[in-house]
Amino acid sequence: MIKLPRTLIFGGILFFTFLIGALISFLWTPSDVEILNITSRFKLPSTVNWFGTDHFGRDIFSMIMVGARTSIAVAVVAVGIGILVGLPLGLWAASHHGHWVDDLIMRGNDLVFAFPSLIIAILITAVFGPSAFNAIIAIGIFNVPVFARISRGGALSIWTLDYILSARVAGKRTFRISVEHILPNIANLLIVQGTIQFSLGILAEAALSYVGLGVQPPTPSWGRMLADSQTMISFAPHLALFPGFAIILTVLGLNLMGDGLRDILDPRIRRARG
Amino acid sequence: MLHFAFTRLISLSLSLIAASVVIFSVIEIIPGDPASFMLGINAQPDTIAALREQLGLNGSLLSRYFSWVFGMLTGDFGISYTYRVPVSELILARVWISLPLAIYALVISTLIAFPVGLIAAANRGKPIDLAIMGTTQLGVAIPNFWFAMILVLIFSINLRWFSAGGFPGWDEGLLISIKSLTLPAIALALPQASILARIMRSSVLDTLDQDYIRTARAKGLNRRQAIWRHALKNAMIPVLTIIGMQFSFLMAGAIIIENVFFLPGLGRLIFQGITQRDLVVVESVVMLLVFAVITVTFIVDLTYAAVDPRLRRK
Amino acid sequence: MSLLDIKNLNVSIHNTKILENISFSVNEGEIFGIVGESGSGKSMTALGLMGLLPDGAKITGSAILSEKDLLKISEEEMCTLRGNAIGMIFQEPMTALNPVQTIGNQVAETLIIHGRAKRTKALKIAREKLNRVGLTEEQFPLDKYPHELSGGQRQRVAIALAIAMRPKILIADEPTTALDVTTQSQILRLLKSLVEEEKMALILITHDLAVVSGLADNVAVMQTGKIVEAGTTNDVFSQMKHAYTRQLFSASNHIPVRNPKLEETPLLEIKNVVRNYKLPRESIFARPKFFHAVRDISFILRKGENLGLVGESGCGKSTLTRAILGLEELQGGEIILEGDIVKAGKKLNSKIRRKMQVVFQDPFSSFNPRHKIGRLISEPFYLMEDRPTGAKLKNEINDALTNVGLKVEDADKYIHEFSGGQRQRVAIARALIIKPSLIVLDEAVSALDVSIRAQVLDLLAELSSKFNLSYLFISHDLSVVRNITDRVLVMKSGKIVESGDTQKVFDNPQHEYTKELIAATPQLPKHLSRKV
Repeated sequence: MIKLPRTLIFGGILFFTFLIGALISFLWTPSDVEILNITSRFKLPSTVNWFGTDHFGRDIFSMIMVGARTSIAVAVVAVGIGILVGLPLGLWAASHHGHWVDDLIMRGNDLVFAFPSLIIAILITAVFGPSAFNAIIAIGIFNVPVFARISRGGALSIWTLDYILSARVAGKRTFRISVEHILPNIANLLIVQGTIQFSLGILAEAALSYVGLGVQPPTPSWGRMLADSQTMISFAPHLALFPGFAIILTVLGLNLMGDGLRDILDPRIRRARG
Repeated sequence: MLHFAFTRLISLSLSLIAASVVIFSVIEIIPGDPASFMLGINAQPDTIAALREQLGLNGSLLSRYFSWVFGMLTGDFGISYTYRVPVSELILARVWISLPLAIYALVISTLIAFPVGLIAAANRGKPIDLAIMGTTQLGVAIPNFWFAMILVLIFSINLRWFSAGGFPGWDEGLLISIKSLTLPAIALALPQASILARIMRSSVLDTLDQDYIRTARAKGLNRRQAIWRHALKNAMIPVLTIIGMQFSFLMAGAIIIENVFFLPGLGRLIFQGITQRDLVVVESVVMLLVFAVITVTFIVDLTYAAVDPRLRRK
Repeated sequence: MSLLDIKNLNVSIHNTKILENISFSVNEGEIFGIVGESGSGKSMTALGLMGLLPDGAKITGSAILSEKDLLKISEEEMCTLRGNAIGMIFQEPMTALNPVQTIGNQVAETLIIHGRAKRTKALKIAREKLNRVGLTEEQFPLDKYPHELSGGQRQRVAIALAIAMRPKILIADEPTTALDVTTQSQILRLLKSLVEEEKMALILITHDLAVVSGLADNVAVMQTGKIVEAGTTNDVFSQMKHAYTRQLFSASNHIPVRNPKLEETPLLEIKNVVRNYKLPRESIFARPKFFHAVRDISFILRKGENLGLVGESGCGKSTLTRAILGLEELQGGEIILEGDIVKAGKKLNSKIRRKMQVVFQDPFSSFNPRHKIGRLISEPFYLMEDRPTGAKLKNEINDALTNVGLKVEDADKYIHEFSGGQRQRVAIARALIIKPSLIVLDEAVSALDVSIRAQVLDLLAELSSKFNLSYLFISHDLSVVRNITDRVLVMKSGKIVESGDTQKVFDNPQHEYTKELIAATPQLPKHLSRKV
């Protein structure tokens, strides 16, 4: 049995806490987030409201749980888009290295890299209006060249190896080689990058919600909680602190998991661990 | 070197053209008829027709595209629908806040990240390295706008070292203007500095594993000399690409952070443009931002060739 | 009084013993050879002397150089000695130099660091040193960068910067292993002339007995961290007291027993083959140039024959190999295997695929690390219409494994569980499994230790008789080719410059280039080969 690195365990605990919170929120939250209770607003953390209440009297703890759904869902789907589109593009480019297909895909990559997700979100929202869906598309589009570049890079270094030549001598063609030989050997790269893009997706979703381009009210979102809290921060800082910590801890958890996964999956290190 | 610059310049132009096509397509083609989109569902046909005339929407797609591009090249970005003034005036006033802010943040981020990353790499495994890794691990997880709010809370509201927001204007004085951009720049810079420091560290560590470092040690250089004279320059090369990408994130971040500090930059212009469906403004500002990013990438590529002799050709 | 006196050097890394009781001494102007296979500890000895062992290494013993014990002085003091009193050059010249610094600066740096000269004067001296190692000003000005130089030239720069301060001792760790035969002999000659002129001592570390016997005054033979035999070169090679020395010697000279059943029918015909590559454009407006990798080559390989193809790097043999395997398009000529034309491209004849297989040089990159051995060696079955499956497949796999001397259980293991020599056996099993007529061995034994190499060559000879195989043996190593081929082709710059029966070509070479190659190849002393 492999000994799991501490980063993986610790990061996993952090992240899964939020994931489980998000899942539980579908069934139960301490208070109903849709009910406004002006009389009990701005309450500080107590045994009744673990994180206190906001300017509408809503229980912040419950809002964090529900907000977790948004952040995680948006980020995960965006990663999915990135891999589903980016991975085949990257593999295709690598298998035709030196030909126009490769150049074209690389140029396309560079072009998308010139548009940070915020800009893409701006473009999409200007035309289609703000929504969670548009946020997912915007973040997802930016993920595509990331995964395309990573898969292409990993694939290129494998294409030069002798066992690929062997496969070609056996008569296997490019597509088959990409799937049978290249893909399993870059899987590790993708997993690690996936956790990184996941954490970046959470940050991006928070930023988009903060400026109003993401998920719209009444659906709670951590980013919008921060936007709302801004004017009241001097007398009710807990409105800003808790959503902020939620974002930080989830992202931190994912990044630590990524580090831990990289440790386990790197073959050189794996051999040393036995 | 000249050849390299030339090919990169061609690349730059192609990217700009491609970007402009994308932006044009999204803004002017997808919504169907930009005029009725801007005016909303309840608009009268005559108002729509008048707006179409005013926006020059009655030409063919190709002619509209070319007149847009040509207009931008001559400094004409059209008339804002909401403000009824030339967009170029609106942009000019605000770009001198967003752009300096992004550059200020880039400078702070680089100045912090390089030494921190280097120190961590040179002391691998020791307490200082672990401390730096821990801090940066936290730093990359912090959303910059939240960090900005906390900075305002501590330094403006409680300590009163900085004003809580607003921008006096460059005419009021260089130092005062820079001071009002400092908190925002720090808020932007620290998360990015964390990323950059980690990348710097791993780049230096990779370099230290190379054979030429062993050759340097065999010549009689001690560890410190080997890092300074051999590792550093080589380690910078992959880090340079990242800095180019960082700029695009910093520009995006600057736009968001303006919100926290009430800075009258491009951010407010764009978000109001979106709410008010002012496609003219949105189109131009987006093009400008993308232009800034592509240009910075180009400059970084040139620096690449200056640093790495393998990219130059005789 | 010796220049360097090493007594009881012991090194362990993380509680594993690496070196045990190493003792020897080196005199001024002497060439001391350390010879051994991989894992013998010879490089570790050098690194230990230089104080460059990895962190976590524990060293005991003494190494006295000019009254200082290298193993006991401070790191600071050691820095003043490195590059100054004692210098070192390493095996891989391609990565030994800083890619972003000019060669002039890198040589001058040694002088500047040790305070011998300031920048301008140091560069002047650097120019002299570069001239001394054979890199003249017109072709190699000081502002050239390493990527503009070949491997041999980079090694010369490495030598220049190591001897810039005229050290008393130079350690050379496998300095020519990564170089071509002709370059190797030039570098070794250079080292020898430096020793003679500067009265410098040279510790030459190598796995190649022939190199050591030609150059060294004294030699130490190492095995698993110990010196098993030492003395003057003459004594060691004529007496060979230790069993390992004898083993090493016989393996170096090993001629496998073969019963070639030669037939007249050609198995492989290469007719006027031409292969050109388009080079990337130098500037936007220039026309693309072509690189002529293979220019009008013709030869025949007969059934039952072992045909050797020798040439140095860049001669085009890899391109030719890939063309024969059907992986390269030809711009001219034909390749015919048992009457069928070999055509590269999409539609490859599976009939041809069955008839030939290949074994590559690098046992580490020849296999997908994620697949099990059974799957790996059955890959050649891919294109066959009557692919064996189930029990029949298992039988084929088992047969292939036992034929190469491995076990049936090995089919369920992963490639990283095997050593280099075993991996080559797996590679041979993979080549063998579809019972081809021709196996192309592309530098197949070049990366193996001498004793393993001998075993693998024996295996190949045995298999060729058993299964009626013909081999195309491609190598840069003439001594190996001499011992196992019937006929040999010598290739240079895309052309075959000489061909004929191996013995005849080696005893009486006709072409200038062949003569040059043979002269450059280090030989084990003839009078000693009687012992084997």
